[in-house]
Amino acid sequence: MSRKVRVVKLRALAAFTVACVAGPARADTLSAARARGELVFGADAQGGEPFVFEDPNDPRRKLIGFEVDIADALAADVGVRARFSQADWSTLVPSLERGDFDVAMNGLEDTPSRRARILLTLPYFSFGETLAVKRGDGRKSLDALAGGRIGTLNQSFADDLLRGRGFEPVLYEGVSEPYADLALGRISGVLLDHVIADRYGCVRPDVDCVRDDVARGTYAIGVRHGDEALVARLNEALGRLRRSGTLERILEKWKLWDFRQVELSHRLETGAATAPPPPSAVSRAWSFADTRLFLAGALVTLALSTAAFALALPLGLGLALCRLGRRGPLRAFAVTYIELFRGTPLLLQLYVLYFGLAPVFRLPPWAAAVLALAMNYGAYEAEIHRGALLAVPSGQGEAARALGLTRFQALRHVLLPQSFRIALPSMTNDFVALLKDSSLVSVITVVELTKRMTIAAVDLRGWLVPGLACAALYFAMSYPLSRLAARLEGALRRDQHPEAR
Amino acid sequence: MISIRKLGKRRGDVRTLSGVSAEIGAGEVVAIVGESGCGKTTLLRCLNGLETFDEGAATIAGFELDPGLRSLSEPDLIRLRGAVGFAFQEHHLFPHLTAEENVSLSPRVVKHVPAREARERAQELLRAVGLAERAGAYPHQLSGGQRQRVALARALAQDPKVLLLDEPTSALDPETAEGVARTILDVTAGRVTVVLVTHQISLAHRMAGRVLRLEGGALAELPTPTDTR
Repeated sequence: MSRKVRVVKLRALAAFTVACVAGPARADTLSAARARGELVFGADAQGGEPFVFEDPNDPRRKLIGFEVDIADALAADVGVRARFSQADWSTLVPSLERGDFDVAMNGLEDTPSRRARILLTLPYFSFGETLAVKRGDGRKSLDALAGGRIGTLNQSFADDLLRGRGFEPVLYEGVSEPYADLALGRISGVLLDHVIADRYGCVRPDVDCVRDDVARGTYAIGVRHGDEALVARLNEALGRLRRSGTLERILEKWKLWDFRQVELSHRLETGAATAPPPPSAVSRAWSFADTRLFLAGALVTLALSTAAFALALPLGLGLALCRLGRRGPLRAFAVTYIELFRGTPLLLQLYVLYFGLAPVFRLPPWAAAVLALAMNYGAYEAEIHRGALLAVPSGQGEAARALGLTRFQALRHVLLPQSFRIALPSMTNDFVALLKDSSLVSVITVVELTKRMTIAAVDLRGWLVPGLACAALYFAMSYPLSRLAARLEGALRRDQHPEAR
Repeated sequence: MISIRKLGKRRGDVRTLSGVSAEIGAGEVVAIVGESGCGKTTLLRCLNGLETFDEGAATIAGFELDPGLRSLSEPDLIRLRGAVGFAFQEHHLFPHLTAEENVSLSPRVVKHVPAREARERAQELLRAVGLAERAGAYPHQLSGGQRQRVALARALAQDPKVLLLDEPTSALDPETAEGVARTILDVTAGRVTVVLVTHQISLAHRMAGRVLRLEGGALAELPTPTDTR
């Protein structure tokens, strides 16, 4: 379960790198922790309330949350202090394997794919998957919504569950966006943990939550393979916390103690199965279907990038001309636009355009993606073309004017044909950058190549194969482009420098 | 054809032109000589509106020029340039166009002459300046003298009434310069009023019917060699 905005590209890459360089785990973490006097818990403070988050009332932003309290109690039982180590949620498992911290504890669901990779303790929390629909929608079950678009978080328990039930989930990176899109009618349902649904979805006036859980799952603490002694010690401590009522007090404090926790305690006491039924989607090997999906993803990436660049080019040219022009207001507009779009992250612009402006105008995801990329890259193109136009000798414009050409005609027949040659290498560079930056649009539910890779990585339980496939496809798109640009450049230059072939 | 009346121009505190006056009749070839930096080029540029002046007035090919060119609209300016050809000292040929395209661009774009007709006319002009067989060459493939002649053909392509030439032969060796000068006289041949600026007095006397010297910001008529003899 992931609970926040994640920059897919960066994190996917980070995870990929981590997976590639993961070294052997240290031997016997428990003894080492005892010797140090502290047990290091890996978590992501960006996860938000009520898991592990910075105390807004504390000037030093101390970490608080129900998992902080549980970790403190567990550490005390073992006889050490608990210390939190910041890690990105999506890379918690690889970071644990690498040895960045002793255990991972941050809403890690007990799933078969996770069990295959690391050791898990007994559960400390039971959650339900809550289905939310738009208020007034009579379809109150997944079956009733069959064939519809259901939103959830990327790499979550619900994501696995939905795909096991034959849905192609619409994947989000943040917790409030799926509900916003649900209210706008962009999707027909949202399936997420009740902790999230209660806080971000069910409180909205335009959203109805279905009372019964679609499924149940549990959170457990992740431990490296080989640390069976630590798992045993933590299970012992967890048992004591549960029996003594400490766990109940902690969860009660955070308003999280409910019937689900009671049922979990009962199940653990009676020795019923500790693991919940597997949600579905079991690990599998790379298949032809993956190849096809990756190619389709690459096509989406290429189409998005091409369309965005086709818009960015005239936009950039227009801005460059405004900035070089004689009209003050246009010049001021161009400067403001360029500084604004160059000076703020593309990710932010995507969010504002897709979610922020949704109440004013509701763009479909692909349109918002193309527009945001085009507006952002337009600013860069503007500067490229401005520089190129300034690089054309001033005598050229003057000669054109002396021949009676209007400013526009001089631009069209004399200046732009020359500046275009100067700009071409930078433009190619920009297009290749755009091709890669297009992976950011997955945050607004567009499934392109990088997103396809992260989805496959979960299914295949590894980043290496999908990562390499993804990299190969990006390279296959960008390299021919560089070659083409080099040839075009040579052809365009031939009339000026005969030796440049 | 050209009437310059007490034209004055300042650059900051420096007076580059002060009280320049001259009358030039239709079909005349007039040379303006003077030290480099005396304002010859500036005067020429003022005459087709590439630069503005501060005082006085001028009439050229029927167009009235006033300080700051305030009375001339943009379309007027474009018509003025159609009537007044200009060839730069550094030729400023368009590097991305062939010789023929350089010559035919303005008729095609400004006067909307059909492409084929413009091409034929360009070839005619290039033949007139002795470059018929170099029509397909790009500027970088031409010698200095050839470029200067393409620039001349380009300035003539609009059938101007007046041709302003800024140091048309300065970059050339004496022999080539002689050839270019003869070409200019041949192709204009009393049909076009020519004002050329040069620092070579001998060339001025060979080419022009009248030679004016620009000195201290003002024009003075130089006696022709025959008068002094």
